[in-house]
Amino acid sequence: MTEVLQAALVWFNDPANWTGSRGILARTGEHLTMSVLAVLLASLVALPLGVWLGHRRRGGTLTVLVANASRALPTFALLLIFASTSLGFGNRPAVLATAIFAIPPILTNTHTGLLEVDAAARDAARGMGMTGLRSLAQVEIPLALPMIAAGLRTAAVQVVATVTLAALVGGGGLGVYIVVGLGTRRFGEVLAGALLVAALCLIAEGVLGLTQRLMTPEAMRRYATGQADPDRSSSRV
Amino acid sequence: MPEVTASPPANPWLSWRYVESNWGDLTVAVEQHVSLTAQTIAIATLIALPLAVLAHGRPRVAALVLGVSGVLYTIPALALFAILAPFTGIGRTTVLIGLVAYALLVLVRNVLVGLEGVDPEVRDAARGLGYGPVRMLLTVELPNALPAIVVGLRLATVSTVALVTIGIVVGFGGLGQLMFRGFNSSYRAEIMTATLLTVAIAVVADVLILLAGRLATPWTRSVRAG
Repeated sequence: MTEVLQAALVWFNDPANWTGSRGILARTGEHLTMSVLAVLLASLVALPLGVWLGHRRRGGTLTVLVANASRALPTFALLLIFASTSLGFGNRPAVLATAIFAIPPILTNTHTGLLEVDAAARDAARGMGMTGLRSLAQVEIPLALPMIAAGLRTAAVQVVATVTLAALVGGGGLGVYIVVGLGTRRFGEVLAGALLVAALCLIAEGVLGLTQRLMTPEAMRRYATGQADPDRSSSRV
Repeated sequence: MPEVTASPPANPWLSWRYVESNWGDLTVAVEQHVSLTAQTIAIATLIALPLAVLAHGRPRVAALVLGVSGVLYTIPALALFAILAPFTGIGRTTVLIGLVAYALLVLVRNVLVGLEGVDPEVRDAARGLGYGPVRMLLTVELPNALPAIVVGLRLATVSTVALVTIGIVVGFGGLGQLMFRGFNSSYRAEIMTATLLTVAIAVVADVLILLAGRLATPWTRSVRAG
């Protein structure tokens, strides 16, 4: 037991493991780049869809269905399916698979956020002569922002965790240390890699939580933390 | 990449021939998957119930339990299995420990939410009837928390079924094992069949728990009907 810990410490202490194209710094950059891409891709689909469905006050069944389906389908399975298509091995299928699993939390929160906008506020906007689009842009979306931010945060943390799987289909990121280490039975490297991944996930959670708090107007903070993360337990990897 | 001119051999995503010729492997993997999930949920429930009861009514303990479980939940299974592997070895035990940890986090949360959500008037009425704390817990609080507990069980079960597949990193992934074998040998039918079976297990387990929950809480049904 202590041997593995020692091996991990030795591995961390070797400067050669930190620099270069296979070093910790490069791998962390790769990991974060893939994560950002996946969240952007998911947002591109989920944000407009959630806003539109929420504004039209429908689509409740659809969002629930999407969330449930994403729980039953393992990310790993979708990743392997994508990697077996013409997308090829590596980072591309990983970004796509994690992006798909990032859609439900963003969609659900955006949808709920818009649905929960006070009816009185929407009536007031209409009474002032605002068109539907203007009411959406100036009243509904701003009021739904805390919930949308909470959804983005849940999705981002989940993506950072899931991108680790890229290593299983020949991709990069911090998962490489775990997969290569397990394959070569160098458990010090495995443990070091796992600790790096866990640390990155915890940092992402902390930083995004803080950002979400700072971006939420003070008067709305209680509301936002009370309602945040209806999709907390979405697919895990 | 060089241009491929000859047409590649047929590699369909669905093939009954695959199912027929790999019936043995499939049944073994399904059995592995189901038994691992069942064992995980059983152990996690046995630990989660007393933990939640302990935290219930103690706001500071409850906040601590919820906070810690929320943070731990962000660690991916691949990393958790990898952290455990050097100490618990390669194989079933490591996967089981990891899965129990995740299911535990979901269950404790939901049981606690259920217990905290019991109507204070119901509790007052029971106290007025002279119920002691143990009797209150067993005959009033736990039954009232049952709908929330069932929701937690469903969530934990469905996510466990999906998580088992990650067990392949330590050599015990149930149907994930077949998915990865299919991926490594570019056998699409194997990946797809294992995927569909995994989803089917999750859906069947979800419906079974839902039905069991309905049977156990007949009063919620009469309320909905009325």
